[in-house]
Amino acid sequence: MNNTHTHHITPLWIYLVVASALMVLTIITVAVSNIDLGGFNVLVALGIASIKALLVAFFFMQLWWDKKIYLVIFSTAMLFLTIFLVLTMFDTQTRGYINPEMDGRIKPNAPMYDTMESTSTTH
Amino acid sequence: MNTFPETHYLNAPEKGIKSWLTTLDHKRIGVMYLWAVIFFFLFGGALAMIMRSELFFPGADFMTANFYNKLFTLHGAVMVFLFIIPAIPAGLGNFFLPIMIGAKDVAFPRLNLASWYVYLAGALIAVLSILLGGFDTGWTFYTPYSTSTDSAVISVVLGAFIMGFSSILTGINFIVTIHKLRAPGIHWFSMPLFIWGLYATAIIQVAATPVLAITLVLLILERTLGIGIFDPAMGGDPVLYQHFFWFYSHPAVYVMILPGMGIISELITSFSRKKIFGYKAVAYSSLGIAFISFLVWGHHMYTSTQSVLASTIFSVLTFLVGIPSGIKIFNWLATLYKGSIRFTSPMLYAFSFLILFSIGGLTGIFLGSMGTDVHLHDTYFIVAHFHFTMMGGTVIAFLGGLHYWWPKMFGRMFNEKLAQILAVLIFIGFILTFVPQFINGLHGMPRRYFMYVEQYTFNNQLSTIGAFILGFSLFTAFANLFVAIWKGKPVGDNPWGVLGLEWKTTSPPDPHNFSVTPEITHGPYDYDKVLAKPTLDL
Amino acid sequence: MSNAETHPTYLQHHFADAEQQMDAAKTGMWVFLLTEILTFGGLFIAYAIYRAWNPEMFHFAHKALNASMGALNTIVLITSSLTMALSIWSMQHDKKKQTFWYLMATVLLAATFMVVKYFEYSHKFHLGQLPGKYYTYTGIEGANPHIFFSIYFMMTGLHGLHVLIGIGLIIWLMVRTKKGHFSSKYYTPLEITGLFWHLVDMIWIFLFPLLYLIG
Repeated sequence: MNNTHTHHITPLWIYLVVASALMVLTIITVAVSNIDLGGFNVLVALGIASIKALLVAFFFMQLWWDKKIYLVIFSTAMLFLTIFLVLTMFDTQTRGYINPEMDGRIKPNAPMYDTMESTSTTH
Repeated sequence: MNTFPETHYLNAPEKGIKSWLTTLDHKRIGVMYLWAVIFFFLFGGALAMIMRSELFFPGADFMTANFYNKLFTLHGAVMVFLFIIPAIPAGLGNFFLPIMIGAKDVAFPRLNLASWYVYLAGALIAVLSILLGGFDTGWTFYTPYSTSTDSAVISVVLGAFIMGFSSILTGINFIVTIHKLRAPGIHWFSMPLFIWGLYATAIIQVAATPVLAITLVLLILERTLGIGIFDPAMGGDPVLYQHFFWFYSHPAVYVMILPGMGIISELITSFSRKKIFGYKAVAYSSLGIAFISFLVWGHHMYTSTQSVLASTIFSVLTFLVGIPSGIKIFNWLATLYKGSIRFTSPMLYAFSFLILFSIGGLTGIFLGSMGTDVHLHDTYFIVAHFHFTMMGGTVIAFLGGLHYWWPKMFGRMFNEKLAQILAVLIFIGFILTFVPQFINGLHGMPRRYFMYVEQYTFNNQLSTIGAFILGFSLFTAFANLFVAIWKGKPVGDNPWGVLGLEWKTTSPPDPHNFSVTPEITHGPYDYDKVLAKPTLDL
Repeated sequence: MSNAETHPTYLQHHFADAEQQMDAAKTGMWVFLLTEILTFGGLFIAYAIYRAWNPEMFHFAHKALNASMGALNTIVLITSSLTMALSIWSMQHDKKKQTFWYLMATVLLAATFMVVKYFEYSHKFHLGQLPGKYYTYTGIEGANPHIFFSIYFMMTGLHGLHVLIGIGLIIWLMVRTKKGHFSSKYYTPLEITGLFWHLVDMIWIFLFPLLYLIG
């Protein structure tokens, strides 16, 4: 085969190892979610998910070997997503800093809860 | 005497409407886009004329408030989504991008044709919502009004959603074409600056438009299911809608202006017959604008309940846009310096752009500062500001580009003298329309009202008179171009005597862009090394 | 690539050679994946903001989801990603039969995913845990639990739609594999559909802990 410079052929064992790692990480993330770590739970969950996502991206999607431009495109997507999240949350998380009455959202309970026979939807 | 080529993309490989509707040729698709966007531009312009007529006198003259609401909403939506976003990239860009980088076509010709049909479908759905009673939310579809009004919001939002796909397809196509299909000998930094503009535009199109798509889906679901994300009555946050909307729509205003700036770079260097000053600075500033455009959307929301901290951050970031825009303006001025300038019609549009866009950009700086914006928000100052950038910037650049490339696209020359007069008239009409609106806005006249108090009458009447001059000259300018297709004299390969690769092929171009593979011996701006003789009598 | 093979049937006229064509297709696919990431990104951001605003409600509401079904589906999708990768590996070694069966396995796993999803959805429909104003369930504490279910249904719904599209694409690949369109020299459609399928997997990798495993 003369075209190995464009088609990297990943050895079979890498696929199998990566898939096993993904399975193990899935089990770990389920197990950890049952332990109460306070605010760290979400960080651990996202951390494990990110490792899994990177394994998929680098090995299943070949980013490790492929042209670097694909990695650049993928990173660009993540960059724009981060910008979107961070700048929006600068607003949504800091509305009460100067005017406390602006904190939170406008209406805590949607109207349909008033008509539902419920004892548990109070804030 | 110039001759007209026997075989060109207009008559080969086949003639007839069917061959056009199934064509994969980027040039024909570009032309079909142009017909569509020019039609919608004239349609949106006619709506503006009706509004300006109503505003000639302070009181209610010949329409109801409700009708006026629907009118300005339709005008905004048509001009933004149907005309200005696709106009330069999908129209002129489609036609010239492959030619200017020496490619035979765009990377995915079938997607390219699909994008035209998708655009047309979206446009028709949006326009046909008039038949469902029209929509009165403004082109921004702000919640909670858009979730509570009983006008036809869903159909127009669906139309915008569908057109978003067309924009994404064009963006993907352009990025891949520029990356992969440049002819041997054309490097990143020997590409024409128009291509850099299109590249920056395409990045915004693919990165921002998906967010618009999901926002509009959420809006439709909010109206139908009450999902409680944007509608305060359902526990949602309307300001969050504005974040989502402007995360797309602020970058989208650079989708409108960046390709226009690319055209201006071409025009200024072509007609001052001088190498562009600071090529790399102009190229990088396009990418800079594209990137910064994603950081500034919150400046549309100073008077919403956005937190003061966020507003401050957005304000600081907004001022950054001034830097790459300034880089461009000063590099263009430096290019003009000591050039041998030809005052052709495209060049007159370029001058017009420099003046109008600078005013539009500088007033943008006023609006970017939070304190000033609180006073000016939702007044006619805003209306005048964005018309200076969108119309004084993009539309003028579009007209400049049309006049510059029309002879190449159709091989025939329009009436140049008339075109020059009209370029000046458009400039005068524009100033007369929008400068009075700045003044009225400073004096506090709110936008989107069909009546006003008497103190604003004089400026409104000036504005209406200006609008009719503008409308008349624009219409005549397009008529001048269209008449040329049938009546114009053949122009030869290089009517303006310029160096870009697109002028090496015949006018109109060969179906495969170049009948003979062109040899790339110089860059597009090497006026210090090479001279090209115009085939027109300039 | 040598000149002897410059005119294979799959080469379109506007490309100089097959390598350029493959590169273009892959670049296009990656840019498309960028748009996909940002589309889903809008929903992830809505999720993040509403969770930050209503941490208790999210905590109470997520208990209505069945974590073991979510975990099962995670395993199913990861396996389908593996079979997709192996189908390409087989084609790289010209084992066309094997490619076909790996694709078949991928489709079956994807269908399993949808079946599990169907049971989850119908259970929630039955309980009235519906999005928005159709929400009628009363057993969850905290303000506005309908927003959690709006977000849940939108995210998993959009993801499910992608799974369905993926199934369609992979069936199309199976047909073309059967017809012998691919070989170790040309398998670009397999590769770019693979990219799409792995992205669908990747998005589920985030959806699972964020929706089912809120601590």
